[in-house]
Amino acid sequence: MNVILTAVIVLGAVGLIAAIVLFFVSKKFAVKEDPRIALVNEVLPGANCGGCGFPGCGGMASACVKAADSGSLEGLNCPVGGSAVMSQVASILGMEAAASDPKVAVVRCNGSCENRPRIAEYDGLKTCRVVHACGAGETGCGNGCLGCGDCVAACKFDAIHINPETGIPEVDEEKCVACGACVKACPRNIIELRLKGKNNRRVWVGCVNQDKGPAAMKACKVSCIACGKCVKECKFDAIAIQGNVSYIDDEKCKACRACMKVCPRECIYDANFPKSIKEVMKAEAERKAAAEAKAKAEAEAKAKAEAENTATPNVTEETKPKAKEE
Amino acid sequence: MRTFRIGGVHPEENKLSHEVATVPAELPKQAVFPLSQHIGAPAKPVVERGQEVKVGTLLAEAGGFVSAPIYSSVSGKVAKIDTVVDATGYRKPAIYINVVGDEWEESIDRSDKLETLADHPELTPEEIINRVKVAGVTGMGGAGFPTFIKLTPPPTATATCVIINAVECEPYITSDYRLMMEKADEIIVGIDLLMKAVKVNKGYIGIECNKPKAIELFKQKLASRPEIEVVPLQKRYPQGGEKQLVDAVIRRQVPAPPAIPVNVGAVVQNVGTAFAVYEAVMKNKPLFERYVTVTGKKIAHPGNFLVRMGTPMIQLIDACGGMPEGDNKLLAGGPMMGKALTSVEVPVCKGTNSVTVLSGDDAKRKEAQPCIRCAKCVSACPMGLEPYLLAKLSDKGEWDRLEKEMITSCIECGSCQFTCPAHRPLLDNIRIGKTTVMGIIRSRSAKK
Amino acid sequence: MANKLIVSLSPHAHGTDSVEKNMYGVIIALLPALIVSFIYFGLGSAIVCCTSVLACVFFEWAITKFIMKRERSTVLDGSAILTGLLLGFNLPSNLPIWIIIIGALVAIGIGKMTFGGLGCNPFNPALVGRAFLLVSFPVQMTTWPVPGQIGINGYIDAQTGATPLAIMKEAIKSGDASVLSKLPDSLSLALGNSGSFGAGSLGEVCALALIIGGIYMIVRKIITWHIPVSILLTVFVFSGLMHLANPIYASPVDVLLSGGLMLGAIFMATDYVTSPMTKKGQLIYGVSIGVLTVAIRYFGAYPEGMSFAILIMNAFTPLINNYCKPKRYGEVVK
Repeated sequence: MNVILTAVIVLGAVGLIAAIVLFFVSKKFAVKEDPRIALVNEVLPGANCGGCGFPGCGGMASACVKAADSGSLEGLNCPVGGSAVMSQVASILGMEAAASDPKVAVVRCNGSCENRPRIAEYDGLKTCRVVHACGAGETGCGNGCLGCGDCVAACKFDAIHINPETGIPEVDEEKCVACGACVKACPRNIIELRLKGKNNRRVWVGCVNQDKGPAAMKACKVSCIACGKCVKECKFDAIAIQGNVSYIDDEKCKACRACMKVCPRECIYDANFPKSIKEVMKAEAERKAAAEAKAKAEAEAKAKAEAENTATPNVTEETKPKAKEE
Repeated sequence: MRTFRIGGVHPEENKLSHEVATVPAELPKQAVFPLSQHIGAPAKPVVERGQEVKVGTLLAEAGGFVSAPIYSSVSGKVAKIDTVVDATGYRKPAIYINVVGDEWEESIDRSDKLETLADHPELTPEEIINRVKVAGVTGMGGAGFPTFIKLTPPPTATATCVIINAVECEPYITSDYRLMMEKADEIIVGIDLLMKAVKVNKGYIGIECNKPKAIELFKQKLASRPEIEVVPLQKRYPQGGEKQLVDAVIRRQVPAPPAIPVNVGAVVQNVGTAFAVYEAVMKNKPLFERYVTVTGKKIAHPGNFLVRMGTPMIQLIDACGGMPEGDNKLLAGGPMMGKALTSVEVPVCKGTNSVTVLSGDDAKRKEAQPCIRCAKCVSACPMGLEPYLLAKLSDKGEWDRLEKEMITSCIECGSCQFTCPAHRPLLDNIRIGKTTVMGIIRSRSAKK
Repeated sequence: MANKLIVSLSPHAHGTDSVEKNMYGVIIALLPALIVSFIYFGLGSAIVCCTSVLACVFFEWAITKFIMKRERSTVLDGSAILTGLLLGFNLPSNLPIWIIIIGALVAIGIGKMTFGGLGCNPFNPALVGRAFLLVSFPVQMTTWPVPGQIGINGYIDAQTGATPLAIMKEAIKSGDASVLSKLPDSLSLALGNSGSFGAGSLGEVCALALIIGGIYMIVRKIITWHIPVSILLTVFVFSGLMHLANPIYASPVDVLLSGGLMLGAIFMATDYVTSPMTKKGQLIYGVSIGVLTVAIRYFGAYPEGMSFAILIMNAFTPLINNYCKPKRYGEVVK
């Protein structure tokens, strides 16, 4: 009996002392956390992908709360959850969700092996940052894509890959969440986040070469030489030349593709249009030619009719419905 | 015999042009002067297209405090101000001059007469520094730091001696050696000027023992001058590194950056710089020509040339028998720290001490294997760093730890990569880490 | 210009050193000991060594090719041959082939490849294999043939004997210093020519051959002196003190020359991958191995402590690397 009693008393005392110690320790070292952080954390996807640029969703949640306290959620975006999640977060924090139009990463270089002759052979660690530090790389272009795939390594969504034929990365629009990891990874600022545009249709200048015309021309077949034709052609004032290279403002661009028609270097690119600009230009040219031919034929027919006034008027009647059909 | 105390490697010497006397190189048809030949702000052009210039005419003035003016090395007409691919591999602004004749500015003293400091007692330290600054003299060893800044130490430090870097520890290069053999008297006057400029009365010349003739020559010439000491050094790379040389010669180590050698009392100048200082101060001749070694195992006639700056490298290579067949690596500098060039048209600049052509197997790196943790890079590092660790952390992007591991002390000498039995591109990785960490430190101090 | 220019960052020159040179250098350094083991154990030695080397090389090749699916095989870099040779050196000369093959599989498969292959393993693969065999097959692994049995009988039905270490252990257990008189004299221990009380594994019988190999490696700059010298010195001092305190502990010279100490100190502890990177760290590592070895030999259950001491210190290597930094330039300002 005594033994049992001693054991109970000793254990009870140990438990009590431990409880008291724990109580004071937890009071003393309590970490005060904003309750909103937990709430925000709950609506975040919990994938801890880091696509937002923070270490996991917890980091993002505290960053959101901090940003809300300073007044704006701008610049914070959960690439996985998209605007749906961000508006939820905003409502928790009592903010207006920053209405962000969907963006997509765009590679602004087309310096494939065919377009951009290799003048040297790089022999070292195959990462863009090292090649960039080494010099212009294998080509004469000091601004273009180095093709070692730092962007591919940075992408957590498997959305960007080097095309083995061109050696240039290509973005998979379906998978790209516009987290901007590739933009940061690229030492030459070739990748840009651009608005996806209406019906996903968009137009951009696919060159960042800042050399003067002759040097740029020598380095690459599809380099922007800052001739300014596109600037003149644009009706929406969306194109400007900055540092020897043309740039289309995606906020102003209406995707009319007028600039593409005049670019002598064919370095303006489009995406998701039903017809390529060449087809459109060809069709236009054909239509023009057809219209001219028609006008000519009509004129000839008229002349003929006039000349053969005595003949039956069927000829003109026959041609008229035909023209309508066309 | 002295040497530095930490690390070091022994690359194969390959001093092919050691005993080939220097000859003046032919004038180029067109000379190109990049505006950024030194560390610091690019120079600002002061000439216009079509303007006639002479040898020694100012082409561009210093573009800031840390900068240096650039003078024409040829006479002729300014063809254009455009861009040229320089040693960095990128297009940089440059002045093109079409060469006509060889007419010199009259202010330059072209005689061979040796002017000593005793002949010109009127030269004050300030006057010497000013002439060096105006003449656009920069470090001739490769880095190209404006010399006048080195001669005006910060108020916190006091110089106690001048150390002349005549080590030439890089394989292949012999231009400094030839300069020492051919212009010894001028160099000694140059050292006198440097010592007067920084107000010290002790000078050292560090020469590696693979140049016994130069050691002998200078010992003989300085026999009656105890204040200038010839210090023979063991052959070991990177002894020509400023910090290593200070350690080897005066047994002091420069603390971690931002400390510079003058913090331990040493002003280190290249032997080529000493000569350039002599010419600038005594002959009123701005820096526009220099000694250049053209070398390579497959080069038919490796040689040393007195080259006017702006001469395209291909012209020098052609003068030595032309570019070898097959794939080559063209270096501005030696194989340890030289820059590989993407164009043979790159002009000779103030810091170009050598044009080295590596051919065949020498031109290519060997395939990298996994690290076997042999610790040979740790023993080789002259800064006492752990290259294997720095490379690994750089690869993983752990910038905070890299800073603690003192990556900013790295002098990029390449000893680690040279010695690595697994042929790993250690320095490639470390450079990325170093530039990133430097950027982080800069932005942090900017915030403060 | 038709020919391309090659560009890369500096340095553009490379030394003549290579992984292969280092690995084959160690193998060459092991040759004297291998020859001596042929002389003493004849056919048995050849069977054990060949099986071990071939099995290690085979497993390395098979695992890199079929499991890791690497394009570039690491078989030819010599590391698997070296592991096989070292494993063989740690085994008795009459060990059945199937046990050797299991040992090789554990050494390469578990000791090395599970961590990612050459350069990634935290423990010395050969010792992992040996430790596994010692625990799994204690009988076969602790009956040691006596040297001098060259023919096939030396393999199939060898006359076994006591190792010098077993004699030392016996002396400690019984507390009777006279047992030590059974020990062969120091010269025969060094040469391995020590008769019925000089039994042992293949590689450990002749200390002299191992020392020759060690000197060769230091001269060729494959290893530095720090690890072997610090181990041997520590063992000498520690066991010497013990000997002075109580004569039941054998004399330090005999301790140095017997058992796997030389093999371990010169060839196993100096393994690049599992030893510390800095000189300071290597000295700490060596001294610790020395202390642990003597402690296990004198106070532990096993007569030999070398392999366990090395394995224990292998585990501490990352920690040592973390705390022992080389002397940085600029820290010794005068």
